[in-house]
Formats: sequence, structure tokens, C-alpha cells
Amino acid sequence: MIREELEKIIFQLLKKIAPETEPSGLSPTENIREALGIDSYDFLQFIIALDEKLKIEIPEEDYGKITNLNSLTDYLINKQK
Amino acid sequence: MIEFTMPSLGADMADGTLVEWLKKPGDQVKRGDIIATVETQKGLIDIEVFDEGTIEKLMIDEDTKVPVGTLMALINPEKKIESQKAIPDITEEPVIQPTEEKAIPAFLTENIHIKASPLARKIAAENNIDLLQINGSGENGAITRKDVEGAIEQGKLVQGKEKSSIVAEPIKEQNISNPVRSAVAAAMSRSNREIPHYYLEKKIDLKKALAWMYGKNKELPVQKRLLPAALLIKAVASSLKVVPELNAVWDTDLQLKTEINIGFVVSLRNGGIIVPAIHAADLKSVDEIMENLNDIIPRARALRLRSSELSDSTITITSIGDGGADLVYGIIYPPQVAIIGFGSISEQAFAENGLLGVRPMVRVSLAGDHRASDGLTGSRFLVALNNHLQNPEAL
Repeated sequence: MIREELEKIIFQLLKKIAPETEPSGLSPTENIREALGIDSYDFLQFIIALDEKLKIEIPEEDYGKITNLNSLTDYLINKQK
Repeated sequence: MIEFTMPSLGADMADGTLVEWLKKPGDQVKRGDIIATVETQKGLIDIEVFDEGTIEKLMIDEDTKVPVGTLMALINPEKKIESQKAIPDITEEPVIQPTEEKAIPAFLTENIHIKASPLARKIAAENNIDLLQINGSGENGAITRKDVEGAIEQGKLVQGKEKSSIVAEPIKEQNISNPVRSAVAAAMSRSNREIPHYYLEKKIDLKKALAWMYGKNKELPVQKRLLPAALLIKAVASSLKVVPELNAVWDTDLQLKTEINIGFVVSLRNGGIIVPAIHAADLKSVDEIMENLNDIIPRARALRLRSSELSDSTITITSIGDGGADLVYGIIYPPQVAIIGFGSISEQAFAENGLLGVRPMVRVSLAGDHRASDGLTGSRFLVALNNHLQNPEAL
């Protein structure tokens, strides 16, 4: 899956979790959780949603590697290979 | 005869609007059954019964604002085995009749009763739509949200201020735009006025607890992963068994509670908080508490809780979550006598046995009601909490 498609899915899933925000307005290096006000519980729901949608399971120790849009898409692209 | 009254769903609740009866005269109820939905500042709440018996009489009309403590229904406690035979005798019409409303005794509804979902009523009330003029497409002709939205779109049913009694009266609060805010304001003002708080703090090393949790999470499917909150709730519950004086309410004197029901503060995305109870947290495993959270947090955010979840807490936990403030000093939710605050977990320098290391630490605060307990009691609790978190496998 190419980067643009992944980003589109990421935005959709984030929008579901934080409906009053505009995830597509995120800058590539902004901290996603801080920018959208996502707490630990919602973040876990996001990880679950990614797993269900993309069949990519993100282990807990990798949470630190997916803090912004750039690092998250890089991570997902890598995992797809 | 058992009197079923409008329950108090917290210190801040003065009344609620009965939206819908879910039981009718002749229906059997048992403990935990949902008898009605009531609109409160904290959303549409499923009201449970705590007795067993047969509904004898419903005393209040739907769409009526009812003060806490008002008699709403009579329940006949007699467990009559023949009652199942008896019911058809009482109501001659078959229960499946679409126009079942007629079976409801006349004293109940002087107004014509309209079947509509709570959401449909809410949207209709907000938009000044008269439900009488809408044809329902739902089950038994019930008006659904779609029907109301369709009517709004057509625009033809928008009326002036003239309101039929069927339209649910919007709850008049000082701040109608955010009733949750008003509820929080009322409870916290009362707490600050009445409760002499004392505060304690302890720094707790979470290295062992988190290592245990990460280990468990590796084996669990992603949907069942644990969050530190589940662990902290369980540790608080276990510590309350050591220091039961904090699991209590204050009502002219201290009343200890035997059940440990932990109120867990959930932030709403549009501001405000809601505090559902994790029932009997001391008897649940950490996994079960996590399951409970997975069920209750989305419902709390959607303002769809059950009455027992809003009224049964015996103590409250507030947790800042990662990346946030280092420490939170809570304000006690009356009539409880303590609130535990967890700051965000962060890596800190930590000295042990003369050596310096880096550990994931959390700063834990306890606010206690000084009428009910003293600092020493609170301190014992925090020490017990620390001990439990150093032995996570025993939780």
C-alpha cells in the first residue's frame, strides 16, 4: 500500500476516535496524541483499529516509534514488507 | 408493596426526566433489570430496579421531570408462580398488539402517548418538532431518529413556541449547552464547601508493575491488551482491603462500605467528566477490570450508563495518563471520603540501596475527608498501594 493510501486510512481511523478534530490537518512531525487530545485508552483503540484494518499488529514496545504521521506511516510501510 | 423512587445518581442530581418506561404493569422484574430510561445531566441513563416482583402500577407519565426520591412505580414483591397465567387475565389484549399503549392504564397517560425512541424525542424537542405529526417507520410504528430528521429536512413541521405536551421538555439548567459541566460544577462546589480536605503524596516506582503488564500484553491479542489504569484500579482496590476506612461515605458520620466500587474519572471529549463505577474491583482480576473499562469508557463518553454505575462508587480514582501533568490533587466526590490521583507515568532518577537508576515513576496523591479520617490513615493507604504495586503478580 502506498503512503497516500495509508495516510488516508490513518486519518479515517483517527477521525473515528476523535470526531471533533481534523486529523488530515496534522503536520508530518506533530505528535499525533498531543495534537488530537488522544488518551491512552483511545490510543489503544487506534492500535486495535489499525490491526483490524491493515492486519498489522503493533507491539507495545513500538508505541514510541509511531508518535507522528511520518514515523507512523514509515513504520506501517516497513511492516507491510 | 415496594416503592420504586427516582434514584439519586450522584450528589449533584436534583431531578431527572422520565423518558421511557421499559416495563409495564404485570411485567416481572428482578434485581438489575432496567425499568426505565431517565434523562439527566449525565445523559440518558438506564435505571435499574433492585427488587424482585411484579410491576403493579406506574405512577409517573413519560416526559415528566421528576425530583429525586419521588415515587415512580409500585412493585408487588410476591413471587406468585401463577403470575404468568395471571398476566393475560389482567390485560385482555395480547401483548404483541401493535397498539399496545392502550393496555397501559388510563391513570398513567392523560396525554396521548406516542412511541418514539429517546433519541428521536431529543432531536424533535431540540428542533421544536411535534411528534404527533410524524408517522413512525420503526417497530410498532415507533418514531425513529430518521423519521424526525426527515421531518426536519422537509421543514414543514417546524413550529413556533407552541408545544404539545408530548414533546419532551428540554431540561432547564443554568447552562443548557453543557449539562455535564453544570453537574461537575454542582458536585465540586458542594465538596469544596463541605469537605475539609487533607492531601498526601507518594512517589511509586512502577518498574515491576509495568514489566509484568508488558509481559502479559505480549501474550494477549491486541483487543485484550491491558492499560496501566486497570492495574492501578486493582491495586487501589486491594489496598482498600488493608485500609477500609477510606472505602466509605460520610453522612453525618462515617459509614464503611463492604463492596469496593471504584469510580473512575472519564474525560469527555467536549469537556466535562463522568465517573462510572467499576463494581467489586477487589474481586476482579486485572484482565476483568480491563474488560470492564473497555465496556464502560465508550458508554460513559456516549453518556449511556446504567444507574448503578453512576451511584454506587465508594471511592474515586483520577488518572492523568501519559504525557500529561506529573501530579493531580483531586476533589472528593461527596458523599465519598477519599479520591486517589495518579499523575502521568514518566522516567525519573531513582535511588535505591545507595545506587542511582532510572525508573518509570508515578506520583500518587490522596485527598481525604478530614472529618472521616486522618493523615496517618491516608499514609497507611499509600504505603499499602506501593506494596501492592511492587508485587503485581499477586494482584
